[in-house]
Amino acid sequence: MSTATQVPAALEMPRDTYLNAGYGVKSWFLTKDHKRIAILYLVSITMFFLFGGLMAVLIRLELLTPAPDLFQSDTYNKLFTMHGITMVFFFLVPSIPATLGNFVLPMMIGARDLAFPKVNLASWYIFMIGACFTFSAYISGGVDTGWTFYTPLSTSYLNTHVVAAALGIMIAGFASIFTGLNFIVTTHRMRAPGMTWFRLPLFVWSMYAVSLVQVLATPVLAITLILVALERGFHIGIFNPQLGGDPVLFQHMFWFYSHPAVYIMILPGFGVISEVIPCFSRKRIFGYSAVAFSSVAIGVFGFLVWAHHMFAAGISTYSALVFSLLSFIIAIPSAIKVFNWTATMYKGSIHFNTPMLYALAFIGLFTIGGLTGLFLACLGIDMHVTATYFVVAHFHYVMVGGMLVAYLAGLHFWWPKMTGRMYPEPPAQLSALITFIGFNITFFPQFVLGYMGMPRRYHTYPPEFQVLNVLSTAGASVLAVGLLLPMFYLLWSLKYGEIAGNNPYRATGLEWQTESPPPMHNFHETPIVTQEAYDYESMNEEEVVIG
Amino acid sequence: MSAAGEHIVSPKLYVLIWIILLCFTGLTTAAAFGDFGIFNPIIALAIAFTKAILVVLFFMHVKYSPRMTALVIGCGLFFLSILMVLTTADYISRGWMF
Repeated sequence: MSTATQVPAALEMPRDTYLNAGYGVKSWFLTKDHKRIAILYLVSITMFFLFGGLMAVLIRLELLTPAPDLFQSDTYNKLFTMHGITMVFFFLVPSIPATLGNFVLPMMIGARDLAFPKVNLASWYIFMIGACFTFSAYISGGVDTGWTFYTPLSTSYLNTHVVAAALGIMIAGFASIFTGLNFIVTTHRMRAPGMTWFRLPLFVWSMYAVSLVQVLATPVLAITLILVALERGFHIGIFNPQLGGDPVLFQHMFWFYSHPAVYIMILPGFGVISEVIPCFSRKRIFGYSAVAFSSVAIGVFGFLVWAHHMFAAGISTYSALVFSLLSFIIAIPSAIKVFNWTATMYKGSIHFNTPMLYALAFIGLFTIGGLTGLFLACLGIDMHVTATYFVVAHFHYVMVGGMLVAYLAGLHFWWPKMTGRMYPEPPAQLSALITFIGFNITFFPQFVLGYMGMPRRYHTYPPEFQVLNVLSTAGASVLAVGLLLPMFYLLWSLKYGEIAGNNPYRATGLEWQTESPPPMHNFHETPIVTQEAYDYESMNEEEVVIG
Repeated sequence: MSAAGEHIVSPKLYVLIWIILLCFTGLTTAAAFGDFGIFNPIIALAIAFTKAILVVLFFMHVKYSPRMTALVIGCGLFFLSILMVLTTADYISRGWMF
């Protein structure tokens, strides 16, 4: 396989970097540097990911046989609830924005930091306080509502720690709002001279769209969870029919946030892929404006489709028809992106570095996830497969096959910039391959299981489903290897990795023009932008002339 | 305008707005004692909406802020209206027959 990395032998690490700007604990926990805050987030969400992953392993082990071998139903309910809450609210939502976005967005637009550095630090503290609340609920007995907190189950019928868990999520939501607000203001106000809106990297466009969704949608989740706590604590009738409330109202309010939250999770992934594919195809992105505006379109249309989660919940037929149609419409901007990435690769000089392998995996897996989403937007099919493993497979193809894979692509892509050292390419390529294979073995059988009628959220199942469940569990063990490998070789590379140099991939973008790792204030001189974002053709021509 | 470009609102105006808000609170309480049929929630919501507008305009300084601030608040209200309109559409159309 050919790779695009160029690591000249005599490179040296820069003297003054953000990593050696201070050494004490205080220099990290009271830092206002966006890069250090990104590292704080990176470490935190990695811990949460490991915890959520452990819950997933236990779930898959239980489902190895039809009988309830390892856990009773209550414990199983807690396991999938903790897995869902941790992965959605404490890993996926902050993953790319708060780590990679925090690190590279200011550099991409030529800024010295985010607009509100103290707010940025506060967002991490708020995030961790939220996590403390939710994890205290786990430790003190767990919560078994499912990550969706559906009422009246969550408000009237369970004795677990619903309020603490919900409060933690609500608090963590404010961290998300702070990050979004910071990105919006930074993108508007702190672009370098010459960095016009249509010279912005597409990652910045994605982060901008995500930020709008974060700021506009997250408060609704906070309000909804407060109402759950009020009904649970004070028996105020909002969602429970016995108290004069309406449970479907909860679903409207919850999904008004949580469907846009799907785009909070996947849009940053789109941004990463839009950076990686032109770089490793050595080509200008195909249809820059279309890709940029499709991000904004997804952000806006994402607010209009939430009730497709409720087709079987008793909403009106007419309402369901409208939401079904709107759900089909939102597939268009997603498809624009996939077609444009594919067109970018056409006749490109493709290099199979690890980020590109993940990007290619993303295109395939996200396409399957997206297309099966259209099945679910179809009213008739949705009635058949609602609350089955088909839905589980669909959203894991989008969230894991899409978002997690994009996160790994971005993490490898910007790792040399963050640390100044290269990750080792062969094991990284191997882990990308293992992840791709393991993921498909884990989740593809679940489409079949769901279509055959296996419901989600049960720890037992009829014996005829066992073969596919064993396949799925076996795949999960392969996937776990693929996901654990990067932790080892990335940590190894911190000390033993080759020195990366400023621009090991010969990528365009302002973040590659500064040192690796970058200095405290990103640039020694404010950069002036004179070119479009992905002018790889000119770069290739220059290299031919020089070479 | 101050040196930082921020509008200084006189304490008199703040007190005036506060008194108006108190009057509206009294009006809400008074309205709760009357039976206006279908208009009960409409009256209560209209008073609450007016009070919210006063708070946003004067206490949150939107009246004296750049238009961008008003645009941001307008966006928030627009997306809130999406939630309310489409949710209400579901409730209204549940009883419709083919």
